Amino acid sequence: MLRYSAKRLGLAVVIVSVAMLILFCMIYLIPGDPAAVALGPRATDAMREGLRIKMGLDKPVWVQFWNFFSAAWQGDLGRDVLSDRPVATVVMEQLPYTLALILGGISWSVALGIPLGCWAAVERGTMADRIVGVLSVAVIAVPSFVVAIYALLIFAVALRWLPAIGAGEPGDIGDQLVHLILPSLAVGLGWVGYIARMVRASMLEVLESQHIRTARAFGLPERMITYRYALTIAILPTVTLLGVGIGQMLSSAVFAEIVFARPGVGKLVYDAILTRNYPLVTGAVLVTTILFVLLNLLADLIVGALDPRVRSSL
Amino acid sequence: MTVLAIKDLNVTFSTEGGQLHALKNVSFDVPERRIVGVVGESGCGKSTLINAILGLLADNGSIDAGSITFEGEDLTRLGPARMQELRGQRISTVFQDPMGALNPVLSVGRQMRNIQYRSGRSRSEKDARSEAMLRQVRIPDAQAALARYPHEFSGGMRQRVAIAMALMMKPALLIADEPTTALDATLEVATIELLRELQQDIACSVLFISHHLGVIAELCDDVVVMYAGEVVERGTTRQVFHTPRHPYARRLLECDPARQSGRTRHLPTIPGEIPDLRQRPPGCVFATRCDQRVDACDKVPPDVAVETGHVARCVLAEAR
Repeated sequence: MLRYSAKRLGLAVVIVSVAMLILFCMIYLIPGDPAAVALGPRATDAMREGLRIKMGLDKPVWVQFWNFFSAAWQGDLGRDVLSDRPVATVVMEQLPYTLALILGGISWSVALGIPLGCWAAVERGTMADRIVGVLSVAVIAVPSFVVAIYALLIFAVALRWLPAIGAGEPGDIGDQLVHLILPSLAVGLGWVGYIARMVRASMLEVLESQHIRTARAFGLPERMITYRYALTIAILPTVTLLGVGIGQMLSSAVFAEIVFARPGVGKLVYDAILTRNYPLVTGAVLVTTILFVLLNLLADLIVGALDPRVRSSL
Repeated sequence: MTVLAIKDLNVTFSTEGGQLHALKNVSFDVPERRIVGVVGESGCGKSTLINAILGLLADNGSIDAGSITFEGEDLTRLGPARMQELRGQRISTVFQDPMGALNPVLSVGRQMRNIQYRSGRSRSEKDARSEAMLRQVRIPDAQAALARYPHEFSGGMRQRVAIAMALMMKPALLIADEPTTALDATLEVATIELLRELQQDIACSVLFISHHLGVIAELCDDVVVMYAGEVVERGTTRQVFHTPRHPYARRLLECDPARQSGRTRHLPTIPGEIPDLRQRPPGCVFATRCDQRVDACDKVPPDVAVETGHVARCVLAEAR
């Protein structure tokens, strides 16, 4: 397990480095002079030239990349153009909110999707199975921002059960959790459908396998067969799918943060783009990339922990 | 004493093409402490027979007539709860594919512990029993083996683990469904030896399914020859192998590669194929492939008792 973790961690470092290279190329290729953008239209040529040298933009491209690369690995993502604070600090302030939102979305999708999929598989062919099937497709089809807007209108505006905007009082965990319910539902609802379908399909496959027949031939109780012998195998592809799905949840989080006026990395990027605050955009995108890679790594490690075959094959 | 008595068992499956009569009037006994071999080509109903005994027929299958008496109880009339109680405790099974028969994500020890869930033993007692069982099937370092997963064992070891699991609760009947087919020849011999040794040790009966005639001849006391869902001939191994009375049994024995005396490029086969079980012929099921066919074969063939315990379902057996 230790070797497996080390290998996956090494791979994660490579992935983040490649992501940095792509990100650097994208900034480099954007037309326009970052110094001119930073200083605004009334700056003189001399001022622009001075900032260019200060930002290292006069150096060869590979030096620029190396500077960006080594600085980023040391946690230096440049400075916010508006507040002149370090980008890393600004992004890190917002990160916990986004992280909570993503984890909330995963919780919804796992807590509802796995039991529903499992139930549909055990009751296959029945009315219950068909209802779960139709509902799954329905929630997959609805975009997350639509879910966000309707959840807001129904539960916050019409019924007044839950708060509409904000992230709750700082320090008050209960209040923050209450504020998290609707946005995380918007992020996770589509994934309830994906996971229910995925779990159902893999459960049906596993329930047909020879070792389940053996377990039945040993007279094991159906409940033990379903949950311990079949489900532990059937959720493996789901965990991998979730790891990849986090990328999509991160983009849903942008909408959820805007609709519910929550702080978060998505909202930060959105505001930064509107104000052409490029260092903040790059920094936030890079942090999001790292978050994605880390959560993916976590998903792989969970699969490794659940499946001894994966553990020993790597 | 008879451990398992199957009488006039009929099993059908409802399929899209109509009713499939998978087992027709199957009768035979498994006496106490004896090893009974069931032999026949693919599709002859061996697997259906096992599933019928275990009460694990697919949803579209049903037992239409007949009885399966096991230790005095008719299994065809038992509820699912009682059936589940018998499975793994009184009737155990070793399946063909040792690769797929064990759960890949649970350790061997955990699976062996789960099989004893009904025993009322403590966890350490269960583990001690599992370890003793693994030692008995000659798994090296049995204690460490409990913590390992199925994919960490070789094919032969995995099959021995499966045998250990099957015999853990000292069943009265062990069903072995082609347990050696997936193994190479050397392992096959070793596994057969082991099965025989354990059978004598535990004093259980064995229903041994195989299409390997050599293994059947070597291991079994009695033989049941199946063709297209019917028992065409049954008797002691000696009776069936030395004086086969059903043309199918005779042809099957002729086809055994081990019986070829000279070098040849042509192994004998039985021409034709198994009839569509959705439209069984009214008379003898083997008639279309039989080289000794007579007019009487169009009528339902009788079960002819040739000798004590030697029965053939053929009109010609009567004539002799």
